[in-house]
Amino acid sequence: MAATTEQVGRPAPAPKLNNLGLEKAAYKGAPSTLCKGCGHDTIAQRIMTVAWELGLDQTQVVKMSGIGCSSKSPAYFMGWSHAFNGVHGRMPAVATGAAVANRDLTVVGISGDGDTASIGTGQFKHAVRRNVPMVYIVENNGVYGLTKGQFSATADLGQRLKYAGLNNLPPLDICMEALAANATFVARSFAGDPRQVESLLKAAFSHRGIAVLDIISPCVTFNNHDDSTKSYSWGRQKETPLNELNFIPPYEEITVGYYEGEMEVAMHDGSRVVLKKLDPDYDPTSKLNAFQTLEEARQRQQFITGLIYINQQERPDLHELLHYTETPLVHLPSEKLRPSREALDEVLAKL
Amino acid sequence: MSFEVQEAPLPAVSRGELINNFSLNIATINGSGSQTSNGVLLRAFFKMGIPVVGKNLFPSNIQGLPTWYIIRLSKDGYLAHRDPYEVVVCLNGRTVAEDMAKVAEGGMVLYDDSLPIAARRPDVTYYPMPVGKLVKEASVPFELKDYIANMVYVGVLTYLLGIDMQEIEDAVSWNFDGKPKPIELNMSMVRRAYEWAQANLVKSDPYRIERMTGFNEDKVLADGNTAAALGTIFGGVSFVAWYPITPASSVVDGLNKYLPKLRTDPETGRANFAVIQAEDELAAAGMIIGAGWAGARAMTATSGPGLDLMAEFAGLAYFAETPAVIWDIQRIGPSTGLPTRTSQGDISMAYYLSHGDTRHVLLFPADPAEAFEFGTTSLDLAERLQTLVIVMSDLDLGMNVWISPKYQYPEAPLDRGKVLSVEQLQELGHSWGRYKDVDGDGVGWRTLPGTRHPAAAYFTRGTGHTEMATYSERPEDWENNLLRLRRKFDTARNLVPAPVVDAPEGARFGIISYGSNDPAIVEARDLLRAQGVETAYLRLRALPINDTVRSFMRAYDRVFVVENNFDGQMQQILLSEEPVCGGQLVSVSRCNGMPLTAAWIAGQIQKGL
Repeated sequence: MAATTEQVGRPAPAPKLNNLGLEKAAYKGAPSTLCKGCGHDTIAQRIMTVAWELGLDQTQVVKMSGIGCSSKSPAYFMGWSHAFNGVHGRMPAVATGAAVANRDLTVVGISGDGDTASIGTGQFKHAVRRNVPMVYIVENNGVYGLTKGQFSATADLGQRLKYAGLNNLPPLDICMEALAANATFVARSFAGDPRQVESLLKAAFSHRGIAVLDIISPCVTFNNHDDSTKSYSWGRQKETPLNELNFIPPYEEITVGYYEGEMEVAMHDGSRVVLKKLDPDYDPTSKLNAFQTLEEARQRQQFITGLIYINQQERPDLHELLHYTETPLVHLPSEKLRPSREALDEVLAKL
Repeated sequence: MSFEVQEAPLPAVSRGELINNFSLNIATINGSGSQTSNGVLLRAFFKMGIPVVGKNLFPSNIQGLPTWYIIRLSKDGYLAHRDPYEVVVCLNGRTVAEDMAKVAEGGMVLYDDSLPIAARRPDVTYYPMPVGKLVKEASVPFELKDYIANMVYVGVLTYLLGIDMQEIEDAVSWNFDGKPKPIELNMSMVRRAYEWAQANLVKSDPYRIERMTGFNEDKVLADGNTAAALGTIFGGVSFVAWYPITPASSVVDGLNKYLPKLRTDPETGRANFAVIQAEDELAAAGMIIGAGWAGARAMTATSGPGLDLMAEFAGLAYFAETPAVIWDIQRIGPSTGLPTRTSQGDISMAYYLSHGDTRHVLLFPADPAEAFEFGTTSLDLAERLQTLVIVMSDLDLGMNVWISPKYQYPEAPLDRGKVLSVEQLQELGHSWGRYKDVDGDGVGWRTLPGTRHPAAAYFTRGTGHTEMATYSERPEDWENNLLRLRRKFDTARNLVPAPVVDAPEGARFGIISYGSNDPAIVEARDLLRAQGVETAYLRLRALPINDTVRSFMRAYDRVFVVENNFDGQMQQILLSEEPVCGGQLVSVSRCNGMPLTAAWIAGQIQKGL
C-alpha cells in the first residue's frame, strides 16, 4: 500500500526514524492482555515492525477484527489507527463496508481459526471471492482460548486435548479454502519465524485485492504440546519453507542480480518480491501447483510455509469492480450525494 | 379466496353511487403477465382523475398458482383496501367458482368463455370473453400468447366501464418505456377485444367510470419501495448492502434503477455510490455498519427473517454507536410465514432487536410520500444519533401501488452529525473521548477512520468500554454507559418525526395507529362519525414516543391502538412506556395477511366502546 513518502531514495541504514520521521515506538499499541508467550503477540510485533519499516501512515490504516484472542490483538499495535472489534466471525463484512466506504484506507483484518474457519467461514470466503482490498491475517492455533480449550475447525484429526477429548474431524485448511474462493495472494507462515512473517506481510501490504496470511500461532496455554501441529516445537522442527522472500519497496532503485532458482513478482504499487525457491519444483504463480502442494503436505503431515500463491493480474479488486469514484465515498460533498431538485421533478414526472 | 371467513356475498355499494365507486377483483394465474394488464388499468384510472388503489394478492411462487388483483375505485378518495368486490374478472379455472360466488350483490362477472361456470346468480350480470379465439385471431408469437391474452380483459373492461382508450394506450406505453414493438403488440389486442365487446356485448350492469377532478392533481402513483429507494437516494445514501428477500428486494431494484441515473459523477462517469449484494443478511448488516462507521451514509433493506439474522449486528451498532439504516419491509411471520402477505408483526422485535438492554429508533412511513421523506430522515437520524435506525414499512405499502402527494424535495441540508475535524482535534488534543457526553444529549463526538491526526483513533468495540473507548469491566463504567445511552434515547424522542394528531372537539375516544393503516383509519373514522362517534387520531411516525403521545394517551376515555399484527405489539410497547393509562388502552389488532379494512376497524371500535 502507498506509503506517504516525501523523500525519495533509500532510507538511511539502520534507521531510528522511518520515512515519516517516526520512531518505532510510535507504532505501539496498548499493553497486551494475552498469555505470556502467545503467538499472537509476536505477530502483533511483526505487524508493528513492518508498518514502521514501510512507513505506513497509521491514520490511514484500520484494524478490523471479530471475537476471540486473535481479535483482541489489534489493541496491541498501531495505536494511531482506528480499530473495530466487531462480532464473532463477521469481521470480513465490517471490513468490506469500511474498505468500500473509504477506498484510501489500508485495511488489516485480524482473525483466528474459530473466527475464520468455523463461525465465519462463509464471510471469509465471500470476502475472498469479492477480492476486498485488505490484508487478512488468520492467527491459527487450532483451539478456542477464551472459552478454555475446545477444538477449532483447524485442529488436527485424532488430536487429544485435556478439556476437549478426542478430535475425530479433519481440519479445514485455510489456504486451501482461500485458493478455492479464488484468492490472489495466499501465504502460510509460523509465528516463530519472524523474518518470514515480516517479508510476507510486506508483500501482502503491496498486494492488490485480498492477501490471505494463515499464520500458525501457538496457544501456549491450551495447544502447545509437542505432538500438536500448532505448537512451537512442531513448527520449529517441521517448518518447510517453499521459498524465501525479499521484498523490495518501490523507492529502492537497486538492480538485483538473479541467481538460479530465483523469481521476481512485480506488485501493482511498483514494489517487487524476489522469491528464492527452496523447493525447486514449486511455482507460486501456478494455482494447480498450489492446490497439489497443499494436498500433498496435508497427506504427508508436512508444515509448508511461504508464499503459496500469488497472482497480480488475475482479478480486479472490489474497488475496481464497483467502478466508483476515486474520491472516497465518505468524502463526497453533499452536492454529489443529493441529486438536484430538477432531477426529482424529472423522476416524478414519470411516475 | 379464503382470506375472509365469509358465508354470503357482501353487500355492494348502494346503487346510484356506482360511478367511480366500486371494486374490481381480477383473478389470474401467477406468472402469466397479468401484472402488466392490472398495472395498465390502475394507471389509466389514476390518469382519469379517479382515486384508486390496487392490492396485489400474489402467491409465493414463480408460475402457476392463483393470483388476484383488487382495484378499488373511490370517488370520495378512500384509499384503503375494501373487502367486497362488485366486478370480477375470472381467468383462472381453479378459482373461478369461488371467485364468482363471492362477487357482491348486484355485481358483474367477466369470464374467459373456456372456463367451467358454476351456478349463475340472478342478481349478477355475466359477460363471456372468447379469450382463446381472440388470441388465435391475433396470431401473436406462441411464447407471448399468455401475456397478450391478459390484454383481452383490458379491452373488454375499457368498453364495459367506459375507460378512455387514450389513457390505456398511454399506460401501456409507460409500462413498456415507450418501446414501440411491445406497445403495438399489446395495444392491438386491447383494441381487438374492445371491438369484439362493442359488437357482441350489451352493457346491462350499472358499473362505469368517468373522468373526474379534484383528487389526483399533484399526486403520483408508485409503490412504497420505489419511493423508499428514491428517498434514500435524495437522502444521500452512499453505501448499500443487501440480500434478496420478498418483499424488500424491490427497494434495491429501485436503487439499482435510479442510482446510476441520479448519482453517476458527470465528470468521471464513475459511481458516487456502492451497492453490494451480500452473501446473507448478517453480512449485509455487517457491511452497512462498517461503512457507517467509516463515514458513509449506509443502508440495507430486508424483511422479518432477514432482520432476525441482523439481530447481533443491531446490538453492536447500538452499543458501539455506529450509524446505519435498515428498511424492514414487513411480511407475515412467525418463521417463513407467508412471504407475499403483509403484516406489521416485526414491531416488538425491531424495537428491542438484539440481546441485553437494547432499544432502537423506529420510523413508520404511512404512504409513499412519507417513505420518500424518511429516506432522508432515517440517514440523518442515524448519523445525528450515531445509532441504528430501522424504517418499518410493510408489504402493503412497499409492493402495492399507491396514490400519494408528490414527494417533497428535502430542503434541509444533510445532517452528518457530530464528527470531529483535524482542526477540532488539534484543539481538543487528548482530552477528547469518543463516548464523553460533552453536550448533555447523550451523543458523543466521533472521528472517522482516515482522519489525519494521531489523536483521532479510537477502538470501537461491542464490549464494555469507558468514555475514552478503552476496555472496561468495571460496574460503574457499564452503568454510566447505559445511563448515557438512555439519555441519548431520550434525545431521540424529540428528534424523530413527531406524531400527526387530529383531535377534533368533542372526541371522547382516541385512535393510535401507524404506517400503512392510515387510509383505513381515515375511512373508519368517517364511518364512525356517520354513526355519531367522533374520534381523535394520533398517527405514530416513530418510536420512541414523546410527550405528545403520552398526553394523547391520557386525554381520552379510551384509546384504541389499531395495528396489523396478532398480539397488539404497539399497544404493548405503549403500555410499557406509559403504564399509567393501562386500562384505557385497547388493542384492535388483526393479522391474516390482508391489509386492515375500514369496516373491520370501525366494527371493532364500536364493539369496544
